[in-house]
Amino acid sequence: MAEPLVVPSGYRRDDGTVHPPLDYAGYRSTALRAPSEPLILLPHNLTELTGPLLGEGRVSSSSADLSVQPGGEALGQRIIVHGRVLDENARPVPHTLIEVWQANAAGRYLHRVDRHDAPIDPNFTGVGRVLTDDQGNYRLVTIKPGAYPWGNHPNAWRPAHIHFSLFGRAFTQRLVTQMYFPDDPLFAYDPIFNSVRDERARRRMVSHFDMDATVDSWALAFRFDIVLRGRDATPMEQP
Amino acid sequence: MLGLTPAQTVGPYLSIGLPWSDGPLVVPETDPDAFWVRGVLRDGAGEPVPDGLIETWQADPDGCFAHPDDPRGRHTSFRGFGRCPTADAGDWAIRTRKPGRVPDREGVLQAPHIDVSVFARGLLNRVVTRIYFADEAEANDADPLLATVPEHRRRTLLAEPTGGGYQFDIRLRGEHETVFFAL
Ligand SMILES: [Fe+2]
Repeated sequence: MAEPLVVPSGYRRDDGTVHPPLDYAGYRSTALRAPSEPLILLPHNLTELTGPLLGEGRVSSSSADLSVQPGGEALGQRIIVHGRVLDENARPVPHTLIEVWQANAAGRYLHRVDRHDAPIDPNFTGVGRVLTDDQGNYRLVTIKPGAYPWGNHPNAWRPAHIHFSLFGRAFTQRLVTQMYFPDDPLFAYDPIFNSVRDERARRRMVSHFDMDATVDSWALAFRFDIVLRGRDATPMEQP
Repeated sequence: MLGLTPAQTVGPYLSIGLPWSDGPLVVPETDPDAFWVRGVLRDGAGEPVPDGLIETWQADPDGCFAHPDDPRGRHTSFRGFGRCPTADAGDWAIRTRKPGRVPDREGVLQAPHIDVSVFARGLLNRVVTRIYFADEAEANDADPLLATVPEHRRRTLLAEPTGGGYQFDIRLRGEHETVFFAL
């Protein structure tokens, strides 16, 4: 047997109050897709404590601005979305890739499956990528997405949202979530938003209007800080 | 302590934002030792899931990771990461090499394995599984994680050799449901 490794400590496990349950009756598609067997504990070893660090080369000078395409500017309310990516121990998560996708201002995705009777905007693809800086900060420019109907139940509408995908620094930290906008009247009716059972946890998916970050005569601004899992103990200093 | 940001589903339109043209290539296509791992993602009715995404993370053929938290400090440029959206028939594939054996905290060698995340509409959070290789019977028998999986379900974690590669089907729910892990 090999020498025991000095493996860094593991990541804190969700106590069950933050992430939505996989099986959630209000969201119909879970019925055939959520596993029925109990999950088996996966200890955090090296495969889980490491993860892809693939920032560079995945972003360009224009990939953080969804509001402009080569053909012109997207229609809709121009907004800045910015914030900081931290872990639960309040440490910044630097140089991590954030990928976003969203509907256009009319609530239509540029996707063959989206049959919503709302116009496509030829100057909006709805895809963005940005890296956090060395302090975990990021900044995107986009337009405010529209709400859209989705057929989960009669007269079902998704509140306006932007899909966010983050890698963090380890396989354990990978997160896909959605950013919402303040005071959306559709919150009360949306099973996806409400699949997060804890009200304080739900609020963490809602961005804040940020007057200080607005740009006069150009764009409104919303702040969305994202918290990924943190280590459950301070890792040993490496010699 | 800061409160964690909750997960939400990728929804039906993940293919707008997540696929990369080189996503399935964990190793360059020209790598002479590379093979395809192919699979089909199915739901609880046995129907293909055409709007999912498979992501993989693994060690290089020597069992090392391109990451500063690998305490063995050996340098590798191995990308280790694969990403492939599922197609209309639920099929996906990544091109990779077999990972080396990675020790756990006690120094016990794990069998060669690839960590897998599955994302899809209808999954409010990703689900996580592991690919092991059916032709590594001896290593699999000694693997500490496989030992915690009920014996009759272990087969769902084994990629079967096919001509020039492996097949690893994923069943989200129901008959022969794939083993998923709490990460
Ligand atoms: Fe959406």
